Amino acid sequence: MDFINAILVLLNFTIIPALTYGSQLALGAIFVTLIYGILRFANFATGDMMSFGTMFAVLLTYYFQSLGINLGIFPTALITIPFATFMMILYMLTIDKFVFEYYRIKKSPPVQLAMVSVGVMFVTQAIIRIIIGPTDRTFMDGEKFILKASEFKDMTGLSEGLTIKSTQGITIIVTLIAVSIMFWFLNKTKTGTSMRAYSDNEDLALLSGIDPKKVVLITWIIAGILATIGGILYGLDKSYRPFVYFNNMLPIFAAAIVGGIGNPYGAFLGGYVIAFAEIFLTYAYKRFFTYILPESLEPNSMIQLLSTDYKFAVSFSILVIVLLFRPSGIFKGKTL
Amino acid sequence: MKQYTNVITAYLIMFTLIIMVGVFQSWSIALTILNYCLISAVMTIGANIQWGYAGLINFGIMGYTALGGLAVVLFSVAPVDEAWSVGGLNMMICLVIIIGIVIAIKYTLKKLAPSKKRNYLIASIIIIGILLLRIISAPAIDGIESVEPAKTGFLGGLGLPVLISWIGGAFLAAGLAFVVGKVALGLRADYLAIATLLIAEIVVSVIKHEDWLARGVKNVIGLKRPAPYEIDLQRSQWFIDFVEKFHSGKLALINSAAEKQEMLNQLVISASSVYVKLCFTGLFVTVVIILLVLTQKALYSPWGRMMRAIRDNEEAAGAMGKNVVKQHLLIFILGSAIVGLAGAMMVTNDGLFTPGSYRPMRYTFVIWVMVIVGGTGNNFGAILGGFVVWFLWVEAAPIALFFINLFTSHLPETNEIRVHLINSASYFRFLMIGIGLLIIMRFRPQGILPEKIIKN
Repeated sequence: MDFINAILVLLNFTIIPALTYGSQLALGAIFVTLIYGILRFANFATGDMMSFGTMFAVLLTYYFQSLGINLGIFPTALITIPFATFMMILYMLTIDKFVFEYYRIKKSPPVQLAMVSVGVMFVTQAIIRIIIGPTDRTFMDGEKFILKASEFKDMTGLSEGLTIKSTQGITIIVTLIAVSIMFWFLNKTKTGTSMRAYSDNEDLALLSGIDPKKVVLITWIIAGILATIGGILYGLDKSYRPFVYFNNMLPIFAAAIVGGIGNPYGAFLGGYVIAFAEIFLTYAYKRFFTYILPESLEPNSMIQLLSTDYKFAVSFSILVIVLLFRPSGIFKGKTL
Repeated sequence: MKQYTNVITAYLIMFTLIIMVGVFQSWSIALTILNYCLISAVMTIGANIQWGYAGLINFGIMGYTALGGLAVVLFSVAPVDEAWSVGGLNMMICLVIIIGIVIAIKYTLKKLAPSKKRNYLIASIIIIGILLLRIISAPAIDGIESVEPAKTGFLGGLGLPVLISWIGGAFLAAGLAFVVGKVALGLRADYLAIATLLIAEIVVSVIKHEDWLARGVKNVIGLKRPAPYEIDLQRSQWFIDFVEKFHSGKLALINSAAEKQEMLNQLVISASSVYVKLCFTGLFVTVVIILLVLTQKALYSPWGRMMRAIRDNEEAAGAMGKNVVKQHLLIFILGSAIVGLAGAMMVTNDGLFTPGSYRPMRYTFVIWVMVIVGGTGNNFGAILGGFVVWFLWVEAAPIALFFINLFTSHLPETNEIRVHLINSASYFRFLMIGIGLLIIMRFRPQGILPEKIIKN
């Protein structure tokens, strides 16, 4: 019994939250990696672009709520995904047209494009703050829990409960669907293949008649969809605050690089690596060990490797270690 | 002379703008802006050395600034004796252990050939070291943090004069830069940018959460300053006499003695804050001029030529027998030390150390915008960039408010859009900086004052 309880503690406080957070990071990391692999620059506006899409979801959720439209037990934000994604793609394509295209045609070095993306970051932050303001907003509605601790205890008679928040369930399921569709698209369709070819060798791809404009367009569209979904899921699970989204850029970069930048599979897995590392290293295992160890050995300290203040520092340290010992990422191999 | 006209015009315009702020808003505000412009200028000199001279992209400026600020606390604050007696010994042992870990790792790296065994050995050294550190430091940290937590709760510093702490800030930042440079400089440009940004975040989060070091987010206030305090000035007779003389024309117009005295008091209060700011301005100008002379000399010396050669073509410079790795490390350390100096200057100017305020937006990206807008590779350009961008950053809100009122003047006062825009006027600074950067990058990528190569 104690063993099952111990596993439940782990599930409740580490594994499920890590899977959720990892899914959100993974979507962002694939966004970074796609832009890096095909447009060939590190996009420092990542966090703010995700925030931009989410902003529309928040505003539309409020609008739909005022109209009385909702999805019952599901959050209203799910209906807003198509609209928010559309606005996001529109914004990204506008930015690309007026800003990035010029440097792409000129074949500027990636550093210059990265600096330009810093400019885009400033502009995007300004637009977001002017439209919605910098305050914290929650837009989650509908049923809060899939499984409540008390229900679970009644059902099984165990002393530890299992809680699954509906946002956690939605995050994991939506991520899996979105990512599998993307991988199917990249691997099985002709456009996807041309994108991979373009990423591998631009000149060769151009020679074989691939239209670069189309590749770039499709890349922004896919990136826009993933970024918006990732942003909305994060906002549903925690809350929407522009500054937090800007900060999330850093673990997202860490995930993309740990997975091997330019490689979507790596980015997907990298998100989970970062999330699990952050949560496993900063979780206090006291309760887990009280269940699993005999009473005489029960710990009296928190058994926490690092304080939760260092959550971000953990992911950054992993990144630094990976950069030093394996700059091409843990999951190197084929790109895109 | 002709080749300097654009430099002179650009600086004249800049100073006219600051003087206009003095005339229209107040001299105190103008001097605050000027002081921050000068601090920004020091930071941009540091960033420009790395980016403009050597092409190294360092997004970790925030970390070095914070370290410079930390140095002011560590060097200039008086030591807290009680805390030292409680936990000083244990913390010193920890320091020795850290040095021991580093030496042990270096030794293993040197003695053993690369193998799985070596990796495991290094990993075990690190893990055992961290466990030892935690066991030894935990009671000491608890003890230190419980010494008058509302006022101190940290070890305090060395109690040295504050100007020495500026040099200390430069050295601390240089030390970090040495480690980071050894570790990260081999990376490709965009990886280097991300790695330095994340290392800076780690540094800031350590400063924020290690309360025994510098009180963390509880801030350290009342730091020493190299200028007199306003309150002392207001009490000293020579200063009151000076203000009276300076404003004698104005005061002569007032007839009643009581009113005259009140007027004088007010003038003394405002003059004292201006005087203190002027003292800081004098110090900062001295620092900027010294740095400018040194960096200009370096840029046009054989060493500067070599750095440009390395920047423009690493392989060719390497083939000519220049040690690219060593020079990169050297310039990374030099630039970071200057940024650390700027961080120390800023904390001294504010009189308080607030680790919570170190955010990458303000201390990394804005500084980079300054370097790029001003002109990479040109010290006068970098300093000008610091002035222009900081000025915009501060004055953006009033400018935005003016334009909002202009464009919405046909709307009624209570119009929702108008009210919303007026409330969010301060965010237009991001918009202005962003658009400014994009325009400069597109139409004048070399910056306002481009790099000048003097050919003999």
